[in-house]
Amino acid sequence: MATVTLTLNGDVRTASVPPETTLLRLLREEFGLTGSKLGCDVGDCGACTVIVDGKSVNSCLMLAVQADGRDVVTIEGLATMSRLHPLQQLFEDKGSLQCGFCGPGVIMSAKALLDENPDPSEQEIRDALAGNLCRCTGYSKMIEAIQAVARDGRGEPAKSAV
Amino acid sequence: MHNFAYIRPTTLRDAAAQLGKEHGKVMLLAGGTDLLGEMKDDLRVPEKLVAIRQLRELQGIRPGRGGLRIGAATLLSDIAESAPVREQAPLLAMAAETVGTPQIRNMATIGGNLCQRPRCWYYRNNYPCFKHGGSVCYSVTGENEYHAILEGGPSYIVHPSDTAPALVALGATVRISTGGRERGVPIEKFFVGPRQDPARENILQPNEILTEIEVPSAPAGSKAVYVKEMVREVWDFALCSVAAMVTTSGGIVGDARIVLGGVAPFPYRALKAEAVLKGRRLDEAAAAAAGAAAVDGARPLSKNAYKVPLTQAVVTRALLSLA
Ligand SMILES: Cc1cc2nc3c(=O)[nH]c(=O)nc-3n(C[C@@H](O)[C@@H](O)[C@H](O)COP(=O)(O)OP(=O)(O)OC[C@H]3O[C@@H](n4cnc5c(N)ncnc54)[C@H](O)[C@@H]3O)c2cc1C
Ligand code: SF4
Ligand code: FES
Ligand code: FES
Repeated sequence: MATVTLTLNGDVRTASVPPETTLLRLLREEFGLTGSKLGCDVGDCGACTVIVDGKSVNSCLMLAVQADGRDVVTIEGLATMSRLHPLQQLFEDKGSLQCGFCGPGVIMSAKALLDENPDPSEQEIRDALAGNLCRCTGYSKMIEAIQAVARDGRGEPAKSAV
Repeated sequence: MHNFAYIRPTTLRDAAAQLGKEHGKVMLLAGGTDLLGEMKDDLRVPEKLVAIRQLRELQGIRPGRGGLRIGAATLLSDIAESAPVREQAPLLAMAAETVGTPQIRNMATIGGNLCQRPRCWYYRNNYPCFKHGGSVCYSVTGENEYHAILEGGPSYIVHPSDTAPALVALGATVRISTGGRERGVPIEKFFVGPRQDPARENILQPNEILTEIEVPSAPAGSKAVYVKEMVREVWDFALCSVAAMVTTSGGIVGDARIVLGGVAPFPYRALKAEAVLKGRRLDEAAAAAAGAAAVDGARPLSKNAYKVPLTQAVVTRALLSLA
């Protein structure tokens, strides 16, 4: 077993897991945070996207032990009890998702983009979403939502962002 | 994934001390984007993983003798965005930018990119072929549309790395550490073809660590481009790619480096195409002649003949964009 201590959505958390546990399994099975989805498990689909030390990564391709000592933000870290994150709100308002399976990953990729680049061009948004597959929508309403958040200057970092 | 022991050393020396003499038993873990995929499919079942991503000795982009020194554990996203790389070796930044997805580039290291294993589906599905120590290549009579058209045999893999052709074109040197001693190897000598060793793609021994890549600054008067052709519009491995760097003076090509990815078991230097260009003006006729010369000697398999005209066109187009 290996001990992993990380900052998860602003709180320091520790778990003891076998070394072959991926970060995605740690999040879903040890911490019960099932917002990050298991799609392909090989880096193709982006449903498992989380933000580690400010950068979007595929949590299915990272070992939990590789996240030791690092800052991890998942979709659960975005909303507060009373308020959705602007990205979540605009995705809702614009009907950007259909089945929703890709949503948490897409929103985390969008958040990583806006944290670094608050005023992205449409091409920059498309590039940032290149690793997130959606089988239902045509991406355009997601892009509209992200542009709307950027325009409002509301892509503010979550509480735990560095 | 099978169980393994996980070690996270704090110095390069401690990492090296963990390594043994047998391939596959103790393995280095950098970003893990390739190795973890292999382990999930039981292609690799190491007893021990030695994490190297955090090693200070392997980090960062520093000025070096006549160019840059890039630590093997530097992330591809940091290389693609690096101002010194964009300035001094833009070809490398362009190639790094085309790798996979943003998430992959945020995890993947350049050392891992050079050492990644082939994507041949027989290999990835654990068929007992040359790459798994067997003595047959299933692609020859099988599904070979994505396989090699140049330098194939007995294995017909294509080298999957996007940064490798760029680094060969730039004339980079890789530094390799063996038990505390370091040596430099020109990157062209780092990769090996299947005739030399059908089971592996480079010279690294199990007890060796790639530590650094020395990248000379692109010569004055040079222009470079990386063009990657894929099945889809967004991320994928290259069907074929070309890293081209052309140095002209007074409108005449003095030097040209043309290196192909996705078509041979190693980054393939198209020497004949380079020769065609030297001493000429880079115009449409010259670019077309170089395109044709680049695929001279190509021997496609049953289902990948399309790669010959494709590669020819991609080389021609790449060169014209530099004219
Ligand atoms: C969805 C997806 C898309 C991809 N698309 C592309 C693409 O378009 N182009 C491309 O080039 N690649 C692509 N890749 C392959 C990708 O894994 C590599 O590009 C990546 O750079 C590997 O780096 P890593 O640090 O993750 O390596 P790891 O997975 O950690 O290691 C890979 C191998 O190299 C060895 N190794 C790593 N570092 C060293 C070192 N310093 N010294 C000695 N050995 C070492 C490891 O032991 C292992 O065998 C893709 C991968 C995925 C999953
Ligand atoms: S091309 Fe190489 S990896 Fe693929 S089946 Fe043939 S020997 Fe194996
Ligand atoms: S589940 Fe991680 S990329 Fe698909
Ligand atoms: S909304 Fe269904 S996969 Fe994107």
